[in-house]
Amino acid sequence: MATDLPRQSITLPTRGRPRIGDLGLRGLAGAAAALLVVVMVALVYEVAREAWPSIREFGLGFLISEDWNAVTNKFGALDPMWGTVVTSLVALLIAVPMAVAIGLFLSELAPRALRTPVTLLVELLAAVPSVVLGLWGILVMGPFLGQHVEPFLKDHFGFIPLFSGYPSNQGLLPACLILTIMVVPIVASISRELFLSVPGELKQGAMALGATRWEMVRSVSIPQVSGGLVAATMLGFGRAVGEAIAVTQVIGGTLGIHWSLFEPADTMASRIAAQYAGTATHLQRASLAYLALILLVISLITNIGAQLISVRIQRRMQGSSA
Amino acid sequence: MSTEMSPNPFTNLDPRSRRRRRWGRLMEGLASLAALLAIAVLVILIASVARRGAPALNVDLFTQVDAPFGQPGGGIENAIVGTVIMTAMATAISVPLGVLIAIFDTEFAPARLAFAIRMTLNVLSGVPTIVIGVFIFGLLVVGHGYSAFAASVALSIIMLPLIARSTEEVLLLVPGTLREGGMALGATRARTVVTVVLPTAFGGIITATIVAVARAAGETAPLLFTTGIFANAVVTDPSHSMASLPLTIFTKSELPDTHDQQVAWAAALVLLVVVLVGSITGRALSLRTRRQIEQTR
Repeated sequence: MATDLPRQSITLPTRGRPRIGDLGLRGLAGAAAALLVVVMVALVYEVAREAWPSIREFGLGFLISEDWNAVTNKFGALDPMWGTVVTSLVALLIAVPMAVAIGLFLSELAPRALRTPVTLLVELLAAVPSVVLGLWGILVMGPFLGQHVEPFLKDHFGFIPLFSGYPSNQGLLPACLILTIMVVPIVASISRELFLSVPGELKQGAMALGATRWEMVRSVSIPQVSGGLVAATMLGFGRAVGEAIAVTQVIGGTLGIHWSLFEPADTMASRIAAQYAGTATHLQRASLAYLALILLVISLITNIGAQLISVRIQRRMQGSSA
Repeated sequence: MSTEMSPNPFTNLDPRSRRRRRWGRLMEGLASLAALLAIAVLVILIASVARRGAPALNVDLFTQVDAPFGQPGGGIENAIVGTVIMTAMATAISVPLGVLIAIFDTEFAPARLAFAIRMTLNVLSGVPTIVIGVFIFGLLVVGHGYSAFAASVALSIIMLPLIARSTEEVLLLVPGTLREGGMALGATRARTVVTVVLPTAFGGIITATIVAVARAAGETAPLLFTTGIFANAVVTDPSHSMASLPLTIFTKSELPDTHDQQVAWAAALVLLVVVLVGSITGRALSLRTRRQIEQTR
């Protein structure tokens, strides 16, 4: 009795009107995706265009010149690059081991009831706006470092060039620590997910062979996720290199290259943030855009690199489980 | 794990094993210490901001505009209004686009194209926000002047990958059987997406939006390039520059005057509360949505 009716009601909507809707949504969604690609390309093009006068004037010599002088109109990136490298590397040196340890704690060590709340707290640390972190850095942490920590380091480790020089409230050291605080939660939550992805059989196998929990982690978990940890470190590096606001607030913003972590300095990002609105010459603004272009290239390299690594890991995982 | 609970009598006799276990305990202790340290930093930070910001929280703070330079009093009403308007505009731009991109990726695009777009989203989310500021400065500020509109475009570029990526994750959670069910009833792909997939994923999209809004509200670098100078008044016209909480904090944090710093702390407290509440709500909702969708399987 009902043999013909359903077929009609099924075939009807696919014929007329809805086809247009289908095309419409597909087109709209495709256009949005195309717009994304356009934005990405325009971003690179526009920053390069703004930097062009400086690129034409200084070429690659920009990267090895210490000049930054609006009067002689000579600019170079060497000293903010030095600040960026020092702050990012010191931050990673502290942050990565800590973050991996936190990831381990959240995935293997913590009592089950604690895992979700502690994970949430670590993620909240990542949500703190950088300007609030910077405010705290400049008014609370900086003075504390300058008055207590730096004199101590100078007295006991002053023979190391990094800890020579005069203690001050603003400088490389607070910038390193602020970046550490920003990088830790990112790397920690990635490491946590990585450790959770290690197959249980492998871990149980290690335990069955008599390994302690730490030996299991060292000999099974960490080698399993080492590629992912490299990717996480690269993402953390990208984040540290590009952070402008909090660093601008605590680093002091000066010219020149100093060995001492206590002295004020500048990173590429903080120099752009501090000077872009008040440039004296056209070439100075273009040079700041040149710094932005360098940051953009670094972020492209670290992000694409990190993604290629994780794609490779996923393929290998699928291969081993198949 | 149970080896820790019930010590093996054989390993206890062997000093080498004892050393191994002691070493293990030391490393585990260090890992726990690292987690404790991260939480301690968060607590110290929140306590610091609360302790310094709370005394300045009063009605004037929310109902008065920023006092002219060097004068006492004043509030952050203009900054709050500016942040709300600019974040709302950025949301209005980025949510439809982000959801559409996610739909394209999960429902329509061939695998290779979907991969390329996902990659682009990740790359865009890794671009330093200050570089996005430089980009929008050249695109929308040069020749036109500072405007809240330019700021919201910059913020929307920051929000877009966040929304698209997490919407995509939720769309992928929607079971294929639901889609097949829709198609089996004779609905087209588009109709299935609109009537079956999106409603199922709705909670996830809201979550993604909340998290992205919390992120955008605290973003400072792009505002520096788009609303670098603003009036000491409540502005609602998006073609003009507006004050904002992050820029207010940023500029006042570098002023030597303690009254300015006080206002900065109060503004930081307001911003921090909004951002943290947003993040916590977002995460809680996201756990619930995931559970709900998993139940429909």
